[in-house]
Amino acid sequence: MGDAPHIRDVGLEGLLITFSETLTDAGNRAALALRSLIKSANWPGVIETASTLTSTFVRYDPETLPRAALVDRVQDLLASQDWNDAPMPNNRRLLRIPVVLGGEEGPQFDAAIEAAGLTETQATEDVANTRLRVLTLGFAPGQAYLGSLPEPWNNPRLTNITPQVPQGALVTAIRQLIIFARPAPTGWLHIGQTAFRSYQPDAKRPFPLAPGDEVQFEPTSARDLPKLWDDPMGGARIESVP
Amino acid sequence: VTPALTILRGGPGVTVQDQGRFGQIAHGISAGGAADLIALAEGAALLDQDRRFAALEITGLGVRLQAHRPLRIALTGAPLTAACDATPLLWNASHLVPAGSILDLGSAKTGTYGYVSVGGGINTPPLLGSRSTHLTAGLGASLDAGDALPVGPDASDLVGQTLDVTDRFSGGEVRIIPSMQTDLFDAEDLNRLTETDFKRDMRGNRMGVKLTFDGAPFAAQDQRTILSYIIAPGDIQATGDGAPFVLLGECQTTGGYPRLATVIPPDLPIIAQARPGDPIRFRFVTRDDALQALTAYRAHLGALPSSTRPLLRDPADIPDLLSYQLIGGVTAGEDIT
Repeated sequence: MGDAPHIRDVGLEGLLITFSETLTDAGNRAALALRSLIKSANWPGVIETASTLTSTFVRYDPETLPRAALVDRVQDLLASQDWNDAPMPNNRRLLRIPVVLGGEEGPQFDAAIEAAGLTETQATEDVANTRLRVLTLGFAPGQAYLGSLPEPWNNPRLTNITPQVPQGALVTAIRQLIIFARPAPTGWLHIGQTAFRSYQPDAKRPFPLAPGDEVQFEPTSARDLPKLWDDPMGGARIESVP
Repeated sequence: VTPALTILRGGPGVTVQDQGRFGQIAHGISAGGAADLIALAEGAALLDQDRRFAALEITGLGVRLQAHRPLRIALTGAPLTAACDATPLLWNASHLVPAGSILDLGSAKTGTYGYVSVGGGINTPPLLGSRSTHLTAGLGASLDAGDALPVGPDASDLVGQTLDVTDRFSGGEVRIIPSMQTDLFDAEDLNRLTETDFKRDMRGNRMGVKLTFDGAPFAAQDQRTILSYIIAPGDIQATGDGAPFVLLGECQTTGGYPRLATVIPPDLPIIAQARPGDPIRFRFVTRDDALQALTAYRAHLGALPSSTRPLLRDPADIPDLLSYQLIGGVTAGEDIT
């Protein structure tokens, strides 16, 4: 990073603090940590906070909390620690999630392999062996952006949008993976299928993934999918991250 | 227990809405809520109740409802054709409808979103802190024939009220402020943004509306390499084909299209209520002016409860007389002066 974080307005009621204009590990950790600090500070006038890939977002009431006062407080926090090495959140979890790669369940797996210049075995190993981090939740309820795959996976988003991928679809672009929370159109490559539900309204923990959590995929056979769908977690095994 | 209200005919544009669901951006869920928050506040004022209560939002072909107990209702937002047991009902007014009566709300004459507020509020179970149906996120669903709606206890008996409303149902000028990516556009394009006569496109819903115009597409520098960032209602995205797309309450929480500017919250109902073909113009204001507008807007909403007045009766006005006869027939007459 090096440069000072970039503070910008999102409309009249939002402030965005960006640690890096490209996705970096340090930028993502800093965004998570600053969000956590602002959330626990409970400043009057702050309505909600969130972290995105490399930014912290604060929604506030500009009448109760003037922008200048909010920026001052944020600057004080920014000056209080070294953001190049921000700690990860406590109580993080590792979810091992079964996935079916390729075939009918991942119709664009071949295209992704070709774009990455890998063999099918290499690509499968990359997906299975990479310990991914939940970088942010966004776009749909509980939907996690996971990163980062090795450099060959740095494919741009497609210009031809796939009209709809199903819930649980595993898609990839720009070294990231997403398990789709809901059926939706996408410009990302659809490489596989999980039975994992990102939003479980009736569960004690409706959003099973939180930013900072880790995910590792376990390739499985398409024959296993029907029984995996019986479990809202899609057969995921959960461990705590020390 | 018989529900207070049942849907006899619904559709994809009929949903339960309140002021929105806050605190869920971190989970990928935008606030949503009534597309026209002014209309929600007007409905609450006419019924002398809390404006956090949920109401029915209606767009498209309308809705047919049946009341199963006497209900106070208020009709606000885009004026829809409205009748109770085939007798026309006045818009921007509150009415008492008897048990068993059938309410028909049709399509809008101007504007897009009409509202039926109910005394006591629509009392569906809150989900993540709100009763708002969020179609994009899959929270709740639009209402169809056979659906039943609970209504909360009604603490008032005031009916036969009306109020003056600001016209926001046929497009017009909306105020904008610079957003975080405004400086990625060159000055000429930003000037063109405020000089262009836009029209609301056919494409539009609770997530946002596309605008059409004559002229070159709007595009930022390095448009394709921009990271996805938080987006917010009011943001004007320059989408892939260069047409501005104004985000509304049910937008996604993140997006990669660069933003030309942001419509200030008080003017967002103008965007939401515009119909395809209605004119839209943008005018940049300073952040200070925007804050003043926000203060004035909140003051306006806060003053709505004291700005209602009894419906006046003018016997010369025949269509209205028909409506008043219904009101006269269903109220105890205390509101007749």
